[in-house]
Amino acid sequence: MPEAMETQMTAGTPLLSDTSAVKVAARDVNVFYGEKHAIKGVNLDIKQNEVTAFIGPSGCGKSTFLRSINRMNDTIDICRVTGSIALDGGNVYDRSIDVVQLRARVGMVFQKPNPFPKSIYENVAYGPRIHGLCRHKDELDEVVMGSLERAGLLNEVKDRLDQPGTGLSGGQQQRLCIARAIAVNPEVILMDEPCSALDPIATAKIEELIDELRENFTIVIVTHSMQQAARVSQRTAFFHLGTLIECSDTEQVFTNPIHKLTQGYITGRFG
Amino acid sequence: MQVLILFLVLAVLTVIGFRLGRSRSVKLVGGDVARLHSLPGYYGFYVALWCGIPALLLVLAWVSLEGPVLTRLILSAVSPELLLDPNGGPISQAHLNLLVNDLRNIASGTVASTANPLVQAAGLQLASYREISFGAMTVVALALALGGAGLALRWVHADFRARNSVEKVIKTFMVLCSLMAILTTVGIILSLLFESYRFFARVPMTEFLFGLQWSPQMAMRADQVGSSGAFGAVPLFAGTLLISLIAMIVAVPVGLLAAIYMAEYAPRKVRSIVKPLLEILAGIPTVVYGFFAALTVAPFFRDSGQLFGLNISSESALAAGVVMGIMIIPYVSSITDDVVTAVPNAMREGSYGLGATKSETIRRVVFPAALPGIVGGVLLAVSRAIGETMIVVMAAGLSANLTANPFEAVTTVTVQVVTLLVGDQEFDSPKTLAAFALGLVLFVVTLALNIVALHVVRKYREQYE
Ligand SMILES: Nc1ncnc2c1ncn2[C@@H]1O[C@H](COP(=O)(O)OP(=O)(O)O)[C@@H](O)[C@H]1O
Ligand SMILES: [Mg+2]
Repeated sequence: MPEAMETQMTAGTPLLSDTSAVKVAARDVNVFYGEKHAIKGVNLDIKQNEVTAFIGPSGCGKSTFLRSINRMNDTIDICRVTGSIALDGGNVYDRSIDVVQLRARVGMVFQKPNPFPKSIYENVAYGPRIHGLCRHKDELDEVVMGSLERAGLLNEVKDRLDQPGTGLSGGQQQRLCIARAIAVNPEVILMDEPCSALDPIATAKIEELIDELRENFTIVIVTHSMQQAARVSQRTAFFHLGTLIECSDTEQVFTNPIHKLTQGYITGRFG
Repeated sequence: MQVLILFLVLAVLTVIGFRLGRSRSVKLVGGDVARLHSLPGYYGFYVALWCGIPALLLVLAWVSLEGPVLTRLILSAVSPELLLDPNGGPISQAHLNLLVNDLRNIASGTVASTANPLVQAAGLQLASYREISFGAMTVVALALALGGAGLALRWVHADFRARNSVEKVIKTFMVLCSLMAILTTVGIILSLLFESYRFFARVPMTEFLFGLQWSPQMAMRADQVGSSGAFGAVPLFAGTLLISLIAMIVAVPVGLLAAIYMAEYAPRKVRSIVKPLLEILAGIPTVVYGFFAALTVAPFFRDSGQLFGLNISSESALAAGVVMGIMIIPYVSSITDDVVTAVPNAMREGSYGLGATKSETIRRVVFPAALPGIVGGVLLAVSRAIGETMIVVMAAGLSANLTANPFEAVTTVTVQVVTLLVGDQEFDSPKTLAAFALGLVLFVVTLALNIVALHVVRKYREQYE
């Protein structure tokens, strides 16, 4: 397919010069939904222990690209990915890669909080259980408590761990989902508009949390709020109609964008 | 016949009323329909309703009251000697009924059982009463129709809220329809209660509910009516439970797995073929399952039992239960399919996102989330199994054995209700009344099951809405 070949130049510094700091390296990534070409020739490096924000108008392919990093697109029959996405140098689309292992290394938090209809404890214990991470009950307890603690939720729920996770408030549910992802001890956490269903106070809490998590995890966050991108991220990637238009340090993108489309978007002229 | 013609005339009048109403409303505003409060059709309906409904109600009331009223009239007009018996006293009720019947037959022009000229004359008089009555009814009905239409036509003006009135009438009509369904149900329940009460007046309730002997035939003998043990329904309950249990053992696993396969694994193409096929299974008349059970499955079980040295009766609980289970598979699978597909995709994604495989996701997330709904569906299926009649009538046999052995013949509550009522029966013998008591038990059990099941299903629905 000829169109897949043409790789558009991305403005800014999508590729890092310090290759040792690269956690995820996407090269010439194309994603198709049947005939629809949703991601077109994206080249992008995601830096270790940083927050990278994906911004862009609705339908530009932010979620699609995010989900191709942990191969969540595998669950969609008509979806096809070409190119390579390397996690610590190993292509996640390689035949030898087991998606179960991959998703243990690359966790995900979704737009709408989606706790399982189980107790708070069981929600967090779910990942460690299926990966057989803990041999004993106390070990599991420790992991669950630790994850809730790191997600900043422990104090609010410690005396009702056996109550359903669905009974929490929206913001608490989302932090529960973050705790659930942390419990597997991933290296990368992907977040797809994690605050879009939350009120401003809950949003602020999550943003604070993301900033803390950066110390131990590499985080990629999709957001439709440019303020949020500016607040939490160190690097920002701007997508438009499936193409990665510009990617630089967040500061740079918001104060001094190079591409006209980026300028238009961040000054609110469209999208 | 004449009444039919009257109905036709009324219908024609109603149609005319509709047209008049509509055209009058249009004319009132000089063709500028937008100035009307309602669409012109509503004015038409309004007039039509006033034309048709009062007249219709009158005719219905008249026809239903006419018979008794005219009978009274004619009885007060006949020569008094017809009402006296040979001894000089008033004739008995039975004779009176006979006389009334004769009069009616003569009036209708059919032959009467006596040729008594007095009766003949009275019959003819009844005929003339009838004619007068019909004439009067026709006149009044037509007057009502015309009057109603005329009045309604005069009420039509531009600001008149015809739509509201018409909708109110339609709503009332719908309320009446639903009342009819409810009242019928209430009537059935009351008659069940009443007849059961009569039964329990003869056979003690404890006897019925806890007795271990069921043989209603014995009780037919005059000296043994209500004798102890004859109406102990425990063997029937046990048989019903046994067969339902076998049915559920077949239906639940098969239905569940089929539904989970269809909802989670099957490619869209397979699903679009298999799902309708399963629903066809639900459309097969139960009598077909019945002879399938009696003629194919039961002999098969008996013969294969012999191979293993087992003695399987040719009317075994096993055969009836298995076939009933097959019948119930679509109920279980379609409800399971519904609740499984209703589990939000976000649940699955959350699980996949943590690295769970498909089967882990189904076992640990989808299935537990769907479980309340599935339980509700299974309970509905159980109540269906308990009430099922045709299959067990044909395949389960009549002997009321108290046994838990599925290879033996057992009988069920529904089968016994059928056998108790088949043939000519006195309507107040304990034997027939027992059918009502059994029906009542069945009703109470399935009602309770349905209430619990619907409650469970509803609760599950709320969870995700
Ligand atoms: N499951 C799917 N099947 C087909 N097309 C899809 C699917 N998901 C997304 N798309 C299409 O891919 C494009 C990118 O979608 P998405 O990644 O969700 O955008 P964003 O997250 O930036 O709003 C859109 O045009 C959308 O219509
Ligand atoms: Mg999106």
